[in-house]
Amino acid sequence: MTQHLDILVETPSQTAGPYVHIGCIPTFAGVEGVYPEDLGLSPIEDGAKGEVITIVGSIYDGTGWAMRDAMLESWQADAAGVYPGQDGADPRVSGFCRFAADKDSGEFTLRTVKPGAVKGRNGQVFAPHISIWIVARGINIGLSTRIYFEDEDNSADPLLARIEQRPRVDTLLARKTGEGSYRFDIRLQGEGETVFLDL
Amino acid sequence: MTETAALMPRRREVHPDPYYPDYKTSLTRSPSLPLLSMESTPSEETGPRFGHNMLGALDNNLISNYTQGKALAVGERIRVHGRVLDETGRAVPHTLVEIWQANAGGRYRHIKDTYFAPLDPNFGGCGRTITDDNGYYEFMTIRPGAYPWPNRANDWRPMHIHFSIFGHAFGQRLISQMYFQGDPLIDLCPIAATVRDRSQLDRLVAPLDMQNSRGMDYLAYKFDIVLRGRRQTMFENKPEGM
Repeated sequence: MTQHLDILVETPSQTAGPYVHIGCIPTFAGVEGVYPEDLGLSPIEDGAKGEVITIVGSIYDGTGWAMRDAMLESWQADAAGVYPGQDGADPRVSGFCRFAADKDSGEFTLRTVKPGAVKGRNGQVFAPHISIWIVARGINIGLSTRIYFEDEDNSADPLLARIEQRPRVDTLLARKTGEGSYRFDIRLQGEGETVFLDL
Repeated sequence: MTETAALMPRRREVHPDPYYPDYKTSLTRSPSLPLLSMESTPSEETGPRFGHNMLGALDNNLISNYTQGKALAVGERIRVHGRVLDETGRAVPHTLVEIWQANAGGRYRHIKDTYFAPLDPNFGGCGRTITDDNGYYEFMTIRPGAYPWPNRANDWRPMHIHFSIFGHAFGQRLISQMYFQGDPLIDLCPIAATVRDRSQLDRLVAPLDMQNSRGMDYLAYKFDIVLRGRRQTMFENKPEGM
């Protein structure tokens, strides 16, 4: 016998299901009047420092179909690479956004400021990125990934450096489609499968 | 910059299989390549915080929040309560907990739910609260009905309430479902069965809690939730190569 490890076990995940919108973005789902407005409508307020950008994309299932029922959340640092809640963070950046795939087209849109590079432990520096979490019917545990930007210097990013098959790095890079606009598609399975994270 | 502590790695074996043949939709919505695992970074170790001041007085009362108190929802009145802890056993105070559920007949107020059980004009189906200093939360609601769903020819969801919990770090983010003690449909449900280890699935089943119920008013069910913890050590920051 040994001493007992005094550690609890995380509660198991279950799928968010097809009706996740009722709980997380009820007004969007047509359940109006319970809350004044949905949580996480925008990660920024007017006057947030930095370049305002718009990221558009779709989430494709293993058959190539753009999912109409997914919900996404994003979390990011401000333009100086400081997370909301940390000392010196831009008070006009909440950093958090909830958004859903359009029920007709499957396309999502995220309007935010481009984050700065982020300092980690032991001198690590992460290239500008936005963390993304995806839930939907058929996704049994939320999928995490990151949006990096093709027009930033990603060469020293410690996470991208861990991707052995170098062409897969491209699955995490938003493509510039115009001034301040980007395209970021997510593929859950199969050819061009997005790199999903376990951090 | 504020230093943050690393999260304990997620124990994937306690979670559902992402690809589970009896749950058909999961087959095309699960990655086929391995996840990229590494130590958490500030992106996962920080997260959004929400203040008690964002809550309305009825936000955690699904019996009356859809009508803003004008009329009550139909169904068996229940109180659902518990604590949010992390893997180290510490309470997670001041964290947002959101729930959603079907009405007493097993019908959701959602454009995609076409089950012929009727909508309850006094029931919306969502609620939220923020844990107190001790990680405690509670909701008043009605017990949701079981309902059939399109999967195999005759699949039914057991009675359940969906839970969404934030914690204090984006890497703690969790969505799960609470089931009810004694529901025979739990054993037949392919979504419940995605959690392969039965002892882990049992942790999603809330016991009847008579001591916290109230005579002539409501039954209580207790549901505790555990989020990922943070590694506690004095040895995090070290010079390169040491």
